[in-house]
Amino acid sequence: MLELAIGIILGCCALGAGAAMIAGIGPGIGEGNAVAKACEAIGRQPESRGQVTTTMLMGCAIAETTGLYALIIALLLIFLAPGRFVNILMRTLG
Amino acid sequence: MQTATRRFRAVDALLIILMLLPLLCGIVIKILFVPPGEGMDISGAAVFFTIPLPIQSMPITESQVNSWLVMLFVTGFCLYMTHGIRAGVKTRRQHLAEWIVEKTDGLVKDNMGEYFAGFSPLIGAVLALSACSSLLTLLGLFPPTSDLNIVGGWALLVFCLITYYKMKCGPVHYLKSFAEPVALLTPMNVISEIATPVSMAFRHFGNVLSGVVISTILGAALTGLTTTLLGWLPGFLGDIPFLKVGIPAVLSLYFDLFSGCLQAFIFAMLTMLYVASAFPMEDYFQRRELKKKTQKQSTK
Repeated sequence: MLELAIGIILGCCALGAGAAMIAGIGPGIGEGNAVAKACEAIGRQPESRGQVTTTMLMGCAIAETTGLYALIIALLLIFLAPGRFVNILMRTLG
Repeated sequence: MQTATRRFRAVDALLIILMLLPLLCGIVIKILFVPPGEGMDISGAAVFFTIPLPIQSMPITESQVNSWLVMLFVTGFCLYMTHGIRAGVKTRRQHLAEWIVEKTDGLVKDNMGEYFAGFSPLIGAVLALSACSSLLTLLGLFPPTSDLNIVGGWALLVFCLITYYKMKCGPVHYLKSFAEPVALLTPMNVISEIATPVSMAFRHFGNVLSGVVISTILGAALTGLTTTLLGWLPGFLGDIPFLKVGIPAVLSLYFDLFSGCLQAFIFAMLTMLYVASAFPMEDYFQRRELKKKTQKQSTK
C-alpha cells in the first residue's frame, strides 16, 4: 500500500511538472510575434537595425519571464516536491 | 630604458598570471573536491564546508568559491588592461581598454541620461561579473549564475538602488508613490515593487539553469544512445560515448556563449532602466529649487 502511495506521489509530481511546462506556449507565441514585427521593422527601415534588435531582445527577455516561472515550478516539482510529500506521508502514517 | 621595459614586461607577466590563476584554481578545486556526477545527475552547487554561526550555519558552496574566483579574474583583467596606460601612447591594449570604457559610458548615457553618468562602473562590473560567471561553463566549472542565491544577491542590490532613488524626494513622497494613480491600487503596487527583484533574479537564474539542465539531459541521452547502438563493439570501444562528441557543442554555442552574454546584457539593461525610471527627476529638481529659494529668503 505504501509503495502505491509513494508511486502516486512521484507520478503526480512528474505529471505536474509536465503540465507546468505548458506555459512554454505563451512566451513562444509572444516572442515569435516580437521577432516577426522586428523583422518587418528592419525590412522597412534597414538603418534602424541595431536599435530594433536591442529593443527586441529586451522585450523577448521580459516575455520569457512567465515561461521561466513555469520552468522553476517544474524543477521544484521534480527535485524538491517528491521528498517533501513523501516525508509528509511518512509523518502522517507515523 | 632597457631595465624599465624589462620591469614592465615582468609586471605584465605577473598580471597575466594573476588573471589566469583563479581559473586554474577553479579547475583544480573542481577536480580535487567535487565528486563527479553520474549520468543524469542535476545537483546544485557542491558544499565544501560549513561555518557554524549562531543563527544559522553558513555553507561555503561551489558557487561562492567560483564567484570569488571570477571576481579575482576580472580584477586581474582590469589591472592588466590598465597597466602602463598613458596619454598619447597608443598601444593595442590601451585602445581596447578605452573602447570598453567608452562603450560602457555610452550605453549608460543612452539609457539613463546625463544625471546617472556615474553609474557606468557599476554597470560595467555587473556586465563583466555576469558574463564571466556564465561563461565559466566553457571551462567545465559550475556557473555561479545558475545558483539562485548569487543572482538573488545582485537583484537585492538593484532593489536597494531602486529604493534609494525613489527615496530621493523624501520618505513621504516615496510612500505616496504607492497610492498612485488610485489609493485602491496600493497592494498591487507593493506586489509589483517586490516582484521586480524576484523576476530579475529568476530570469537570470532560470535562463542559465535551463541551459545546464538541457545540456546535462542531452549528454545522458547521447550516452544511452551510444551504448544501445554501439555497445556491441569489443572491449573498451563499447564504453566510449562516440555520439557525445561534437553534438553537444552546437547547443553549448547557444546556451553557454550566446545566452550567457545575452543574459548579462539584459540584467545590466534592466538595472539601468529600473534605476533610471525609479528616480522622480522633475519632482527632485523642483524640490531642490524650492529649497534653494527658501534658504536664500531666510538668509536675507
